[in-house]
Amino acid sequence: MPNTSYRRTHLQQLESEAMYVMREVAAQFERPVLLFSGGKDSIVLVHLARKAFYPGKIPFPLLHIDTGHNFPETLEFRDRLVEKIGAHLIVRYVQDSIDQGRVKEERGPYASRNALQTVTLLDAIEEFRFDAAIGGARRDEEKARAKERFFSHRDQFGQWDPKNQRPELWTLYNGRKGPGEHFRVFPLSNWTELDVWMYIKREGIELPSLYFAHRRQVVNRLGVWLAVSDIVQPLPGEEVAEKTVRFRTIGDMTCTGAVESNATTIDDIIMEVATARVTERGARADDKVSEAAMEDRKRQGYF
Amino acid sequence: MTIEQQPEIKTELETRAPATEVVELLRFSTAGSVDDGKSTLIGRLLYDTRQIFEDQLDDARRASQTRGDPSMELALLMDGLRAEREQGITIDVAYRYFATPKRKFIIADTPGHIQYTRNMVTGASTAELAVILVDARKGIVTQTKRHTFISTLLRIPHLVIAINKMDLVDYSQAVYERIMNEFNDFAAKLRVQDVVFIPISALHGDNVVHKSVNMPWYDGPTLLHYLETVNVGATRNLVDFRFPVQYVIRPNQDFRGFAGQIASGRIRSGEEVAVLPSGLTTRVKSIVTFDGELSEAVAGDSVVLTLEDEIDISRGDMIVRVHNLPQKANRLDALICWMDEEPLDPRRTYWLQHTTRTVKALISDVNYRIDVDTMHREQADTLRLNDIGRVQLTTTQPLFFDPYDKNRATGSFILIDPFTNRTVAGGMIRDMTRDVDELVEEERPSVTVRRPVSQNVVWESGALTREMRERLKGHKAAVLWFTGLSGSGKSTVAKALERRLFEMGVHTFFIDGDNLRHGLNGDLGFTPEDRAENIRRAAEVARLAFEHGNVVLASFISPYERDREFARSLIPAGRFFEVYVKCDVEVCKRRDPKGLYARALRGEIKNFTGVDAPYEEPRAPELVVETDLQSVDDIVETILQELVRVGIVPPSTEADA
Repeated sequence: MPNTSYRRTHLQQLESEAMYVMREVAAQFERPVLLFSGGKDSIVLVHLARKAFYPGKIPFPLLHIDTGHNFPETLEFRDRLVEKIGAHLIVRYVQDSIDQGRVKEERGPYASRNALQTVTLLDAIEEFRFDAAIGGARRDEEKARAKERFFSHRDQFGQWDPKNQRPELWTLYNGRKGPGEHFRVFPLSNWTELDVWMYIKREGIELPSLYFAHRRQVVNRLGVWLAVSDIVQPLPGEEVAEKTVRFRTIGDMTCTGAVESNATTIDDIIMEVATARVTERGARADDKVSEAAMEDRKRQGYF
Repeated sequence: MTIEQQPEIKTELETRAPATEVVELLRFSTAGSVDDGKSTLIGRLLYDTRQIFEDQLDDARRASQTRGDPSMELALLMDGLRAEREQGITIDVAYRYFATPKRKFIIADTPGHIQYTRNMVTGASTAELAVILVDARKGIVTQTKRHTFISTLLRIPHLVIAINKMDLVDYSQAVYERIMNEFNDFAAKLRVQDVVFIPISALHGDNVVHKSVNMPWYDGPTLLHYLETVNVGATRNLVDFRFPVQYVIRPNQDFRGFAGQIASGRIRSGEEVAVLPSGLTTRVKSIVTFDGELSEAVAGDSVVLTLEDEIDISRGDMIVRVHNLPQKANRLDALICWMDEEPLDPRRTYWLQHTTRTVKALISDVNYRIDVDTMHREQADTLRLNDIGRVQLTTTQPLFFDPYDKNRATGSFILIDPFTNRTVAGGMIRDMTRDVDELVEEERPSVTVRRPVSQNVVWESGALTREMRERLKGHKAAVLWFTGLSGSGKSTVAKALERRLFEMGVHTFFIDGDNLRHGLNGDLGFTPEDRAENIRRAAEVARLAFEHGNVVLASFISPYERDREFARSLIPAGRFFEVYVKCDVEVCKRRDPKGLYARALRGEIKNFTGVDAPYEEPRAPELVVETDLQSVDDIVETILQELVRVGIVPPSTEADA
């Protein structure tokens, strides 16, 4: 680092802010957890957590809510990462929640387990008595998130009340809570999609191959290109096409759409993101249901 | 008109792709009344800088068609929550992001209704600049005053008064000027550091991103151009090293590191530090990061410090420089903004969270409430939601703090209700609570330099007073004391400033180490004693010139704080400006205009500041300028603005006339 200048770039400032928030979590809470989805944002979170506590290890476990509909690449990547950094991984399965009768599986060709994750997540939080769950959500993702706090209070039912959030001043984060309540903490609040990609490049962070352009069989459903797999099979009238695609976000195979792209390197992706005309969630079927779809899911305790 | 009907913007957009290179960051807040067009302005900024995506635009277009009001399109891009969308207004702080090839911007978008002072304070707390929307048809209204007052209260260094809806007043220059004058009249009572007025039409895009063809009389920057070029980092204190310990990292027996974000100042490995509250001193052994050890870290960096000696340190302790300590007190004088439905209860204790330390606090006295609309002080026993007032607090354990004016990070706190756990107030420390007795006792104890007075000499006051001379000259007298390392650019800055002042018709007097040591101080060397005598004589000369009504520019390395304090003690309060000319020592060595560093490094000169003699950084200089970061012209402009602001010299336009 040159010592002739005390200027810091925006990525350095965002990184420092995220590390500060992680350390506040470790200091203020007894049983924090990092929500790991296998997507790029949670991979960046893990990287930041390593940096925040270096040379120590990450002082909290990672929690993955497995819908059973994950891309196989996601799970392989997850296991490799956890082994490499020596983190403690907890996995809870939506299938278990279904088997226990906690949730009811949606039926039909447009069924998704996306909404069911919320119950499995809240159950896991209760099971381990986690008092802070660190997530990779960013305020630029969606309108309802623009007002989200770094430290977001959840009541005993895991619910978010947009009218009853604590003001956040300067960098003083208030993590005090009553019994049974918990916090969601979002260290990447001030990052944009482009920031995340630029940071991945700067730090040389490894990502699942799904993010890069590859040939894949896809089917167009409700305007979204879905990957053909055991879980997503073409319906009558739908045609399977082979295209060069990549994924801008990684979630459930049933609702994460691919975009046509030739971006095979981080630099290609950065150029693509910088000139994109559609938001990254624009390719997700779950946000399209109603104008306030995300807000509704957040109130119920979604990520 | 809908935004799509503007083809000239569409083509321009292609050249405005956001930066893919690393850039600077500017956080700013926006405030305006309900109908000032704030959401439209932000929508315009985002749209014209290509931050709006097709699917977002589709959503907004659908929603605005539902309402049958196409002019709402830009505003609807911004409104997040359903409740607001139904009311057509924003009710909470929302954060927006956009970037240009030059900068990334974080907007804290705060609502303007009467009951939401708390949101404005929240948004302002992290902002370096505030954009205040004024409706050109209405001019300065109560809410404009409130926004401005809160922005100055939170010490936002830059204000932009965006005079919107110019299209509805025929783009009239007279309207623009009337509003500007109205604002200046009202703001004269406030501590506004820097303000610009930009006439815009958010709806049509005039002077937002693109220069307006409708207002040829306006030759200032567009809003975006200003946002891209305004000096960032003005809220960052690079002088006073403060490191609140956040978390202790102890992976094994051999490693014990203290994690935290440097709140202000800088630190190098090897430097001597003190740990508060224990007061024990040691040295920084290393500055550890994931990417390797650093030789130096600066305000804003998240690092891990290890220390030479084993000292018991935990979260909430503060690591500081031995010769630059924060204040310590458990009785505080503060301004607070009450943010909870339940009013302040003077009989209850609250949690007070300050840096990484949380203590219990009692509000022992409410001095007054400030009416944010009139800025009048009103007597009050309590504070209610959205009230701002001055209070005295007593804490169970002492806090280590700096006044908020000097240091946002160590001068701010929040209060938490211990029962509801809600954040009930945000506060800014003015000082420790002082009683009259204490004030008398404390009068100037810091000046230890002996000031010899020759016997049988009576101070010759002369028949003419300084005030008479000042009236004749048309400006006030002052002493600007430039301190800094050799080669930092003190004399360069002072001489450039002197030329500007001269051109403005200001009477000046310049002295520096060289011209004094060639004559009056030719008998002195560079030992600490001789340096003290050198400064004593310089300060006395400065005082004589000051008493004759001059603006004195004194440029001396003056490495010791007590010597500078002596110089200060000769001049009345408010007339002495310690200007810390800061520059990295490595840069000074490279510049080495007189070849002195080279000689000192070869051992030919002893006691050379920055090589084998210390430089004590000013603790509380009136001004800090950085010659390795700013141009001489910018620095001169900054100092000049300060002199105008505090009323030493009149604004240059008047002086020219």
